[in-house]
Parts: sequence; C-alpha cells; structure tokens
Amino acid sequence: MTGLVQQERNVVVPGEVLAEGMDYLPGDNTYREQDKIYAKALGLVNVNNRVVKITSLAGPYLPRAGDKIIGKVVDITMSGWRIETGTAYQAMLMVRDATMRFIRKEEDLTKILDIGDYVVVKITNVTSQMLIDLTMKGPGLHKVSGGRLMKINAQKVPRVIGKQGSMITLIKERTGCQITVGQNGRVWLRGTAEGEMKATVAIKMIEEQSHLEGLTDKIGKFLGEAPKFEKPVTTPQEGGEQ
Amino acid sequence: MAYTKRLDGRKNNELRPMEAKTGVVKNADGSASFKIGKTWAIAAVYGPRDLNPRFLQNPKKGILRCNYGMMPFSGSGDRIRPGRSRRAQEIAMVMTKSLEPVVDLSAFPNSVVDVYVDLPQTDAGTRCAAISAASMALADAGIPMKDMICSVSVGQVQETVLADLTYNEEAHEAPVSDIPIAMVHNTGELSLLQMDGEISREDLMKALALGKEACEQVYKVQVAALKEKFKK
Amino acid sequence: MTKETDQLIVNTQTIHELIKTGKRLDGRSLTDYREPITVQTEVSWTAEGSAMVQIGETKVIVGVKLSLEKPYADTADQGGIMINAELLPLSSPIYNPGPPGMKAIEMARVLDRGIRESHAIDLKKLCITPGEKAWFVIMDIVSVNDDGNLFDAAGLALLAALKTARFPTVKEDGSLDYKNKTEEKLPLLKQPISITVLKINGALVIDPTAEEEFSADARLTVAVDVNGTISAMQKGGDATLTLEDVDGMVGLALEKADFLRGKLE
Repeated sequence: MTGLVQQERNVVVPGEVLAEGMDYLPGDNTYREQDKIYAKALGLVNVNNRVVKITSLAGPYLPRAGDKIIGKVVDITMSGWRIETGTAYQAMLMVRDATMRFIRKEEDLTKILDIGDYVVVKITNVTSQMLIDLTMKGPGLHKVSGGRLMKINAQKVPRVIGKQGSMITLIKERTGCQITVGQNGRVWLRGTAEGEMKATVAIKMIEEQSHLEGLTDKIGKFLGEAPKFEKPVTTPQEGGEQ
Repeated sequence: MAYTKRLDGRKNNELRPMEAKTGVVKNADGSASFKIGKTWAIAAVYGPRDLNPRFLQNPKKGILRCNYGMMPFSGSGDRIRPGRSRRAQEIAMVMTKSLEPVVDLSAFPNSVVDVYVDLPQTDAGTRCAAISAASMALADAGIPMKDMICSVSVGQVQETVLADLTYNEEAHEAPVSDIPIAMVHNTGELSLLQMDGEISREDLMKALALGKEACEQVYKVQVAALKEKFKK
Repeated sequence: MTKETDQLIVNTQTIHELIKTGKRLDGRSLTDYREPITVQTEVSWTAEGSAMVQIGETKVIVGVKLSLEKPYADTADQGGIMINAELLPLSSPIYNPGPPGMKAIEMARVLDRGIRESHAIDLKKLCITPGEKAWFVIMDIVSVNDDGNLFDAAGLALLAALKTARFPTVKEDGSLDYKNKTEEKLPLLKQPISITVLKINGALVIDPTAEEEFSADARLTVAVDVNGTISAMQKGGDATLTLEDVDGMVGLALEKADFLRGKLE
C-alpha cells in the first residue's frame, strides 16, 4: 500500500504513520524511516503538494533570526542587558542596539532599561549553540510600559495573529486594546481594564481551540461590537506582524 | 497448585481498567494523569529550560531528567517518609532510560526537559504507570518524539503467565516473578526491562510476548487521551 | 543563569493600579473566590482519609495516615497529630526537588496550629493504653498545581480528608491491616478552616492568584471554627498591618470561612 494514511487536519501523536511509499516527502515535525513517514510531534496533519508536515499543537519556542519576541531584563553588564526570552536561553541586547541616541560610557544603563523591565525586541542572530543577539531599534520595538502581559503556547501564535493579521486586528478593533504578540508566546495588551480582560479571554479561547475551523467567526461573536465611545487605539508601528 | 483464577477475576492477559487524561497540571508545559486499577500517576513536563549546574549541560543536545515520587500516603502500608529514597532514585533513572530512545532534544543544546511524576495512590506497577504517564506528558508538551512509549508489568504466579500484576498477586506465597517493561510502540523494542522473582527462559519469553500485547492496550488509552483535547 | 521566577509573568504594576479601583486582572471583585471550587474525597485508597481540592487552577491533595505509636511522655494519655506539606516541583516551575522550603514549612505549621489549638481532634480519645499505645494522625499536604492560595485549598482539603478518614483494622497481634478500613471515624470535635486575606496596594483581597501573591504587601491567614472562634493566625509578607487592617481581615476571614466550609456539603 502506498499513499497518504492520514487525512488533512487529522490530529496525530508522535510515531503515527502519515504516509507510505515514496510518493510523499517528510516536512516539518515528521521523519522518514524506510518507506514510511511518521509524525514527530503531537499536531495536525498538513499536506502541501507532496510534502506532509505536522502543525504542532504544543511545543517549545525555537528562537529564529527575524522574530519579534517579548523578553525580560534580568541583568545589566558592561556592554548591555541580559534578556530572559521565555526559553532555555538568555539573549544579549547591546547598548548600541537599544537606542538611536548616543550613550556616554559612564551613563547609568538602568535609566534606559532596568532589571525586571519587559522589552519588545527583534532577534538579529542565533548561533547553533543558541547565543542570541537582539535589537530594540526598529518599528514596533520598545520598552513595555503599562498594560498587562500574558503567556500562550508559542505554537499558537500564528493562530492568534491570523491570516494577514486578521485575528489580532479583529481583537484590537473590538476591544480597543493595543496588542503585541511575541513569537515566543508572550502577549502584551494595553487598553481599558474591561478591554484588556476581554482581549485576554479571546486570546485564551484561540489558544485552546486553535485546532478548530471557523474560529474567526466564533471570536467575532464573542467580542461583539466594537466599543462605541472609545476610539480603537491605532498603532501603525504594529503593522509588521505576519 | 497452579494459579488459575486471578484474585480479582481478570483473564490472564487482561489489564486493570485504565483511565488517562492530559492537561491536568496547568502550570506545566505538558501533563498527564494515568490510572491503572488503583495505581495512579500524575506527570508534568517543564522545559526545555535552563540547566544548572552548568557541568551537567550537553552542548550537543538537551537532556531529559525524570523524577519519581510516591506521595507520603500512597503506599499500601505505613506512611512513606518524604524525600528521595534510593528506590525512587533508581526508578527515576530507569524512567529516563526508557524514554530517552524516542525523545529528540537535538534542537535544544545545553537545556533540560524535566519530567516529574508523583503518585497519589499505588497498587503495584508504579514505575510502568509513571512511564506511561510521562510519555503522554512529553507528547502533550509538544516535545519532539519519534514514538510513544507504553509500559506495563507482566509476570508469573505459580506457573501462570499474567499481565499487570496487583500488589496481592506480587505478594502471593509461591514462585512469583514481576517483569516491568516499556516498549517503543512502532518497533516493539523494549526500553525498560527489569525482573525480580523466579522464571524459566521459556516462560520469560511467553511473558514478554504477553507484554507486547498488553503494551498495545496501554497505547490505545494514551492515544485516545492525547487526542481528546482536540475533539472537533 | 535564569532564576525560576524570571519566567513567571507578574503584572504587579497593573495589579496595583486595578486594585485601587476595586478591580482585578481576571475581573473578579476583591473578595470573590475563583470558580470552580471542587472537593473530591477518597481520592487515594492507600490513605485512611484523603481529598483533592481545586480552587480555580490551584489543585492540592491531602492524605491522612493513621498509625499506632507510643504517646509522648508529657501527654501519656493522648494521641498525636502531625502535618507536613510538600510543594512538589510537579506543581510549579518555581519549586525545586529537595527538602521542604520555608513556604512549605510555614504552611504546614500554620495549618497544624489551626487544628491543634482549636482541639479539633479529641486527642484523648486517640489513646488506647496510656503511656503505651495511641493513634497518631499524620496529614500530608501535596500541591499538584500552584496558581496561588494553596493555603486555603490545603486547609479545605485537610478538613475534608479528616472528616472522611476511617481507622484501619487492628489485627489480633496488634499490627495494622491498612487494606481493610473499619467504619470508625476520627473523633472530630471542631471544623476549623483557614482563610487567607491579602493586603495588596492597601486593599484587602481574597483568594489570590500566583501573580497576586507575588504582588502582595502582606498576608494574614486566620483559622476559624464554625462558631467564629479564631484558633490560629499568621501574618506573612513584608509590610506591616494596622489594627484596622487586622479587624477588616479577620472580618473577611470569618465571612469567607462559612462560604468555604459550605463547599464540603
């Protein structure tokens, strides 16, 4: 027997056979052994032409260059800040990558970023041993102030953002919140207390039901109409999310 | 006299009723509860996360670290003093060894994935329940794995080969053997094999064949529980 | 090196700002418990009494073991009690394997006082032969998921486990048959329950989440019996309490004690 054993969007566990024979190629989170392709993670089956892959339903965040993440300052060194990334690895934010402004040598770095501060940063480089460099220079990158942070599974980030940012735009519009979703699964929201709470619940719903179809409609229904007397907070610098 | 009728009326190849669930520890990155008869294991996975002390780190890949603990009131006799006994440490080690063959942490150098299993109540087969729960928790955490590990104990009471012995069967006054095994599901290879008691070579192989069949039943329960959360 | 708490998100500033307007991150009022609150008894057949309590996402199991021991010399006509707490690394990324830390020791001691000082268990009835043999009640609290307020969850589980505990059978040779329980229950005289009230940015708050615990100034745990008698208290946290604070906190604890005890029915 050859061909696909599983159907598109089936939930599979590690070790389940996805395809037999040589007609298909193993994609993300799969592996081939002899004439079979197996799942290497819990997730949804996804077939694109001849490539079978698994869209993870859980799992750790793997830092990648170009990703926007939300980190926390945990230490200050001579040359910059050590940032906790919500992974097994810390990252470095060098003074020259933190701000456009010229920093004098003797300047107190805590005035710029202090221990415990959260930052929206972009990964510029990751080595094989997971040494990570960051930058805070660029659109939508900044120190976090006010609002609240929450954590979701990193694998659910694409669903929370939605196609061309459709889901996150919907949540922003209907709750009046400013929202930044880090690829590492940390989400920052700022708006009214009610707006933040509603957005938090909506994001949790997406996280729990990411495997279901028709989620945008469901979330739209949950959020109801946009708040009448509040102008949605527009954040043009947030446009960079895919 | 041969042991022909089991104390709890089960068939020789019949496992006790199983019950499994994932996501039982919300703080963890993955978790599972696995019950077989009156043995109950709760497993939680944290990581990959920073590993300290540094000398334990492996620059090529992340390491898997299991912990096993019986809750103080979970033994069928006296209270168990808290703290890691030598028994608990040994079981933690064999758990790690039984799961390692399928777990791939090459993408996470220098890190650790911690697996904690604690048991609120026990009636034999605790390390097997712990391994079955741990395998589910790892999959629930989305850790890259080639396969599932299913574990169960088999053995022999007075010449009769049986699956999933209870404490009363292990304590039977007769030649008894207890063989906890763990199996890599697709290949049928064993990643845990221990045995104590007395058994002949023929009966050992008979017991292992029975074990393979029994592991398949455990696997079905594990898979159903892992998919339950994602019912459409 | 990452500290375990670095990975936790604690929105202290926002928690403080919201509390000033009587609000919380999850939308509760300051004195509401989370939902659901569930109590499951006899969750462990190996314990003489046991219960699992869930408050919101916080889960805790208590198991009661009974054993026959020689009474202490100064209380030769009484049995004894002991409470121990284990904050399992399974239950939170911030707990590590090893001997109990300060939080576990404090929780066990405060709940111990709540039971002991209210004379909730008739210790004299636990004595079989003065100076020689008496029942000892050992209560183990084990955290399964710590999302704050383990104190109240543990106290509720403790009471539920004590209420359902049954003595093991004593065999003719005096040893215990733990596998066959009798119908006899513990001589429980009172029903003390512990309620924890937090002071966060000046306001009094019930049933904190883990984030709120990390954002609190001070804490007062109050053990209360059915008739409103207080049998133990413990102030925690860095900030001091005014007498008005204490009055308010005790008032809240008394009110919530009946509510929480009601979950046992």
